[in-house]
Amino acid sequence: MIKVDHIWKSFNHQTVLKDISVEFEKGKTNLIIGQSGSGKTVLLKSIVGLLDIDKGEVKYDDVVYSKLDFREKKEIRKKIGMLFQGSALFDSSTVEENVIYPLDMFTNMSYEEKRERANFCLNRVNILNANHLYPSEISGGMQKRVAIARAIVLNPEYLFCDEPDSGLDPITTLRINNLIKEITEEFNTITIINTHDMNSVMEFGEKIIFIHIGQIWWEGTNKDILHSENEKLNDFVFANHMAKRLKQI
Amino acid sequence: MQFFYHFGKYVILLTKVFSKPEKSKIYYKQTLKELISLGVNSIGIVIIISVFTGAVITLQTAYNTENPFYPRYLIGLMARDTIILEFSSTMVGLILAGKIGSSIASEIGTMRITEQIDALEIMGVNSASYLILPKIIASVLFNPLLTMISIAIGVFGGWIAGTATGVVSSEDYIYGIRFAFIPFYVTYALIKTVFYAFIITSVSSYYGYFVRGGALEVGRSSTKAVVYSCILILLFDVILTQLLLS
Ligand SMILES: Nc1ncnc2c1ncn2[C@@H]1O[C@H](COP(=O)(O)OP(=O)(O)O)[C@@H](O)[C@H]1O
Ligand SMILES: [Mg+2]
Repeated sequence: MIKVDHIWKSFNHQTVLKDISVEFEKGKTNLIIGQSGSGKTVLLKSIVGLLDIDKGEVKYDDVVYSKLDFREKKEIRKKIGMLFQGSALFDSSTVEENVIYPLDMFTNMSYEEKRERANFCLNRVNILNANHLYPSEISGGMQKRVAIARAIVLNPEYLFCDEPDSGLDPITTLRINNLIKEITEEFNTITIINTHDMNSVMEFGEKIIFIHIGQIWWEGTNKDILHSENEKLNDFVFANHMAKRLKQI
Repeated sequence: MQFFYHFGKYVILLTKVFSKPEKSKIYYKQTLKELISLGVNSIGIVIIISVFTGAVITLQTAYNTENPFYPRYLIGLMARDTIILEFSSTMVGLILAGKIGSSIASEIGTMRITEQIDALEIMGVNSASYLILPKIIASVLFNPLLTMISIAIGVFGGWIAGTATGVVSSEDYIYGIRFAFIPFYVTYALIKTVFYAFIITSVSSYYGYFVRGGALEVGRSSTKAVVYSCILILLFDVILTQLLLS
């Protein structure tokens, strides 16, 4: 379980996160939704410790992760897989080298074992015959999938995805979403996903938190979301004209 | 104020860079890569500028000393000392600041804005050390070699220009470059080079590592990296010269 306890984060004079508390459980897909600029990425990066929070605590099971120093954090970081908004593949390495990289860094496997494991993960995300291409030579959807392969290569317990659907067409989005959902069940991870895509929300929001100007304005599941009375949430969910009309019917 | 802010942040970054590496084998591989990309790939430009500058220094010395009482071999001597003392260390340092500095700042800066550095950190890798240490080590090891190459080629360029134009005979020039040779001048040049290599790589890495924003900011930070590296090189030129030659 990941427990976020009254965290605050500001940059210079702008307070981005204001007193956020939330819990995320195992085997579930947890969604963080909200407008662009509402603080989703900052929240995710605060949870994984890429940003230092000003106040409050982040706990992984019973460990107060946010209070650990770099060396102590490393033990938990090895159990974290993260998918970044722009994939963040190393652009001077090939697809295969990207996936092998964490194995190089943190295991003592032989080269053959590493390749086997990397190819297993690449197969899992349906990347075939692209091992020796560079990230700039493959499509955005493929980059995302390679990034997922890299994120799961060390069997993570926690999977974080920052807008896995950004910049992708609806069909590719659906594929990536299904992949993340399957992986969550297969690996029994705690998965947390940032998104502003309503299709994803309806598809697999087992737990949803809605962030607005740095605060949690609503919390629930995809079943409750259409019937919520929260005005700001409704503005967000029914932002497009068709959805608004459907709600009125 | 700004200065102290940046200096403090720079020192903190360096302590992260020099903390114990997690897997030395991987660092070794990275360092070899950087030796090629920062060092070997700079040999060409060093040769080109050295041969021409050596030629110009010799010709200028010759035309400024057209005096019958002035022995011609002194042209060789003066060209040699100018090349060793200032050109092959400081001038080459400034040119490398332009070449290596901008490439380091934009490489690391791009990795920052595309979240590749975050990706390293989240895996538990000390990104500062992993990205920056191999560059510092590679340059500190290789740049002295570049300086030596530059000295040799510069003196050779002077010989070509001097003899081709006839301002100095081959014998005089060769006699001059061997006359009253002070080996410590070479040591002095190499010491300066080591400092410059450290300045260029660490300062440029600093500007790349803390970029925020997009492609525009990466471009800006690589300009800053070059400008500040150059200023620091000139400042250390004064300091080291006073310390070593006085
Ligand atoms: N490193 C940073 N320094 C200063 N401001 C930041 C930084 N990161 C994010 N912000 C600000 O925090 C706010 C929330 O950003 P973000 O979490 O990226 O939004 P989103 O919900 O679109 O992911 C934005 O106003 C952004 O400008
Ligand atoms: Mg974001």
